[in-house]
Amino acid sequence: MTAEQIIKEYSKELPEKIINDLLENLPKKISDKKVKEIVEEVVKEYKEMQITPAESVGIITAESIGEPGTQMTLNTFHFAGVSEMNVTTGLPRIIEIFDGRKDIATPMMNIYLKKPYSEGKDIEKVALRLKETLLEEIAQEFYINIADMSVEIQLNKEQLDKIGLTNQDVINSINKGIKGIKVKEKDNTLTVTKKQETDNLNEIYSLKEKLKKVFVTGVKHIKYVLPVKREGEYIILTSGTNLKDVMELDFVDSTRTTSNDIFEVEKVLGIEAAREAIIQEVYKVMQEQGLNVNIRHIMLVADAMCAMGKVQGITRYGIIREKASVLARASFETPMKQIMQASLMGEVDKLNSVVENVMVNQPVPVGTGLPGLAVKVIKGRIGGYEGEKDEKKSKAEKTAKKEIKKEEKKTTKTKTKKAKSSKSKNKE
Amino acid sequence: MINNPKHEVYKKIDSIQFGLLSPKMIEKMATVRIITPELYDEEGYPVDGGLMDTHMGVIDPGLKCKTCGGSLKECLGHFGYITLAKPVIHIKFVNVIYDLLRSTCRECGRPLISEKKIKMYIKQIEEVTKEKGVEAAKEKIKEITNKIKDIKVCPHCGAKQEKITLEKPTTFVEGDRKLSPIEVRARLEKIRDEDLPLFGINPETARPEWMVLTLLPIPPVTMRPSITLESGERSEDDLTHKLGDIVRINQRLQENIIAGAPEIIIEDLWELLQYHVTTFIDNNVAQLPPARHRTGQPLKTLTERIKSKHGRIRHNLAGKRTNFSARSVISPDPTIELNEVGVPFVMATKLTVPERVTEENIEYLKRYIKNGSKKYPGANYVIRPDGKKRRITDELKEEILEELEPGYIVERHLLDGDIVLFNRQPSLHKMSMMAHYAKILPYKTLRLNPAVCHPYNADFDGDEMNLHVPQTEEARAEAEILMNVNTQIISPRYGLSVMGCIQDSISGNYLLTKYLKLPRKEAVQLLYEAGVDDISKLPNKKEVTGKEIFSVLLPDDFTYIGTAKDGSRVFIENGKLKEGTIDKSAIGVESGLMLRSLHKRYGKERTFKIIGYISKLGIVVLLHYGMTNLLSDSDLPEEAKKEIKDILKKAEERVNELIKTFKEGKLKPLPGRTAEDTLESYIMEALNKARNEAGEVIEKNSKEETSTLLMIRSGARAKMLNLVQMSAMVGQQALRGKRINYGYFGRTLSHFKKNDLSPESHGFISSSFKQGLKPTEFFFAAITGRDSLMDTALRTPKSGYLYRRLANALQDVRVEYDNTVRDSNNRIIQFEYGEDGIDVSKSEGGVLNVKRIIEEHLTKV
Repeated sequence: MTAEQIIKEYSKELPEKIINDLLENLPKKISDKKVKEIVEEVVKEYKEMQITPAESVGIITAESIGEPGTQMTLNTFHFAGVSEMNVTTGLPRIIEIFDGRKDIATPMMNIYLKKPYSEGKDIEKVALRLKETLLEEIAQEFYINIADMSVEIQLNKEQLDKIGLTNQDVINSINKGIKGIKVKEKDNTLTVTKKQETDNLNEIYSLKEKLKKVFVTGVKHIKYVLPVKREGEYIILTSGTNLKDVMELDFVDSTRTTSNDIFEVEKVLGIEAAREAIIQEVYKVMQEQGLNVNIRHIMLVADAMCAMGKVQGITRYGIIREKASVLARASFETPMKQIMQASLMGEVDKLNSVVENVMVNQPVPVGTGLPGLAVKVIKGRIGGYEGEKDEKKSKAEKTAKKEIKKEEKKTTKTKTKKAKSSKSKNKE
Repeated sequence: MINNPKHEVYKKIDSIQFGLLSPKMIEKMATVRIITPELYDEEGYPVDGGLMDTHMGVIDPGLKCKTCGGSLKECLGHFGYITLAKPVIHIKFVNVIYDLLRSTCRECGRPLISEKKIKMYIKQIEEVTKEKGVEAAKEKIKEITNKIKDIKVCPHCGAKQEKITLEKPTTFVEGDRKLSPIEVRARLEKIRDEDLPLFGINPETARPEWMVLTLLPIPPVTMRPSITLESGERSEDDLTHKLGDIVRINQRLQENIIAGAPEIIIEDLWELLQYHVTTFIDNNVAQLPPARHRTGQPLKTLTERIKSKHGRIRHNLAGKRTNFSARSVISPDPTIELNEVGVPFVMATKLTVPERVTEENIEYLKRYIKNGSKKYPGANYVIRPDGKKRRITDELKEEILEELEPGYIVERHLLDGDIVLFNRQPSLHKMSMMAHYAKILPYKTLRLNPAVCHPYNADFDGDEMNLHVPQTEEARAEAEILMNVNTQIISPRYGLSVMGCIQDSISGNYLLTKYLKLPRKEAVQLLYEAGVDDISKLPNKKEVTGKEIFSVLLPDDFTYIGTAKDGSRVFIENGKLKEGTIDKSAIGVESGLMLRSLHKRYGKERTFKIIGYISKLGIVVLLHYGMTNLLSDSDLPEEAKKEIKDILKKAEERVNELIKTFKEGKLKPLPGRTAEDTLESYIMEALNKARNEAGEVIEKNSKEETSTLLMIRSGARAKMLNLVQMSAMVGQQALRGKRINYGYFGRTLSHFKKNDLSPESHGFISSSFKQGLKPTEFFFAAITGRDSLMDTALRTPKSGYLYRRLANALQDVRVEYDNTVRDSNNRIIQFEYGEDGIDVSKSEGGVLNVKRIIEEHLTKV
């Protein structure tokens, strides 16, 4: 039997990562007995490392992320020194992710390419193909011709050649972008008029503004591209994201391409991908800041944020709103709103989480407060230690006990208290 | 519980039901009807039927409650009520009323959709509630209500509906006719119980007409106590003021109605009453001027009492206060154990531990009673089995001793070995509050071992810490088992040791294991001072090495292979340090891999002991061999100075060259950047290179390991950078990742010419701290200094809020017995904690170290 086979036998008991670790680190020449010994030791240690039931992992996670928060920087960090390509990091980024903000401050993508582009072939062209180009970027100037009530656009031939566009392409995209206009071409100057003639200057002016923003080519929302070489491979960093359109391009390696916009990831790739994106993004920030936070904590937050099947922020509109307990919600934010709403709905607070029980001075149901004690109480017996007793006997005992009690009452106060307390303890 | 045997059986609150108070209920729970705004009579006693009526509880120590007969401390207070002359709308429910009015028929009170649809929607809501919970239901209800609103004709009775608008805050207008609260109430009354779930109202706990108040409950006097000022004057609570206004206006309105006053007057008074009731409930309504004191400050009424950080919920309910606690300045004491805390005598005589008298300990406890409360160790109180508490005074001592018998509880002074909780704010993680054993010491500061500073994040520049004494057996047991310092060695954040050697302990051990060779006698002395009494491991030679001394502390079969800070190998075999020096990466906090490995092999108690010994040994070594930071540590030989000068010069030349090429427009921009950006990054690069080179020069010239260098190399304190800044140059001051570019137009300071791109005009400090900074350099240093101060000041509240939100969201998440991670709704968050169920605090840096296990097994043979 090879070492591999022996290890595989334990695949039910050990997680995949540990099995892979084992396979990687075991020396080639090793006796079967030794392998077995080692694997068994690993299984033993793995079992010892398991988390204890009732451990309040939520609080530990909150502490593990909240505590180093004070050590993070507030500054957004400029990427590669170009102002268009800066990325939010540090505390603001963490807050942004946990808020579940729909539009993030600096959306960006890491686009991986398929061979041969990943080796640098036509990298500039590929990059330009991705970048969103608007009409104003390829036009030299926009004029308003008051006499004809038209807009004249002078195209920048150089720029057009660089991107690889013809005048006809531009005309097509204008027609596609704005309806109800006519475009005429005359040596590099496009004349745009409205189909319905108008003598209102405002309309023409707004047409001009609209024309400036006409999308010509590239991928929408990709504002800036930067090819870089990373680990011997060319990848393209972008400012602005459009995961769906980029992944559809044939030269893009869609299996590795990522976006830092969690909601976009959720929309395009689903909730599991969004969870992974949260984990990756938060972990990346922690690493950048040189903070040692175990990934399990980040996983738990990500899982909590995605537990309802959609990404929810850690805010009073997000996962905190989902709490069953009125008092728990009230203790966070907007207490009046919560209480008023609860009174209308006739909500019942079952007191099964932490703060509510703190409020009413009761043990909290996490940690040592979670387990209950089940005691079989046999009627009529104080201890209930021996199996079943027939009813007659127990009845007799009951009366006997009552009598004893009465007597006790007469004698000393303290003794009755003791008997009572021992009885109640047993009941509990 | 232990204090009062009466309470051994206690009730448990199972659930809390929320609902609206019906007028009937208000009347039922009230003990008195308030009819007069007067508070006290001439003698100063509360008036019957007034707002301070003693039926509602008492706040004077002398009086007794007329309802329950209890005195100030016994009676919690009782509600009263007033009958409002005309109904008013409850401000908090205005929007609900508005929705109800718009979605129901003005004639028949049914929702403005067909019977079939009503049933369908109600069913839908029920389903959503069942499947997705209350929150999803609220959304569904909102969606449905929006559909029903403003339908023109009632499908049930065919009545035409008029448009109802809300004139904020509380006036409803139908068409152009004002709806009085009476009319509003009449309409709400018409809505049938079975239709109410459509609007998210549970008819069992809330009827819509109850949202229009006819009776107003008056909160108990105990809830709004008056304060007696020094002058003997009484100052009433804000709520009492407001209630006074309500009662007064209500009375006037009543009188006017009876007298048959004109409509306008009644209308005005009615509105005034509405205003007062509204501000009584919430004094921060957008459209209303807040009710004010005579001094002009707004009154704090009901909503303000509940809301926000200092409100009832967060301040009083979620936050608790304790007795048996103490607070003082902390100071270090390496001679006590890590899990001990030095408690001043004064505190020990005030903090007590209740101990129950039994046959066995009665004589022992009597000793404390004999000492009384002033002499340590004594006792302060005795609690009789019936719960009566008696203070031990010189007069009562004998009597108490006489009557003491099993069942009594003695509150004796804190003794050595009692378990106490020790805490430093901000309590950011669970290691901020740990259980220590008390050690009663002279003087007035709390003492702790410097090795536990890190988890508390404490230093001794004036920090204060808190101490709590658990009062029940359960609490003591939990503290000892779950919170003891030795259970907290491994951080649950990253799975490494949070406790370890700091500062002098590291330098000392480094010095010991790297250089020292001592006569055996001295070695024994060192070990003895460190608290080690078993020196059998010390080799029997005339002269022993530091490594051998250090090895005495290690377990006999301990094997460890690691790397030191400088990358060299550290090798421990069978409890002997064979190779390498011990530094921060072996015994430091957050990195002490040797400590982690010890913990894995030998468990918490042993590791804990070893940490104590190692840390003490380091300090003792330094005590004997001395370590001083000298000014001359930052001295440089002449040739090194020259070298640094050359480096500076070279860097300057390089920068000037760069600037020249840039000005000529010949600088080739890096891909994707402008020429300016490129120049900036080149300059930064050149200048940083200069400082790094200076560092190398210093390192090269440090043949002898000075104390400063020793500190740096061992990782005890400071980085090489700090030494470079002291002896060579401070270097480039960076602001937001760039050179300093702010200040005057075109220049940073008025000392420079416009558009000067030279290093010194953009924050490059070529002087060293020892030389002293030039004025301009000083300004630049101050700029970055201020920037980092601001950064910290702005960050603290932000990260605090993030932490609060996380803690609130995740507080109830726990591992269940089936190993799933669930929240309080019993919803599964994770099927297995962290995908493999590994507890970080039991792991080695977050993983199971397969490599180590293999190595251990291979070397075993």
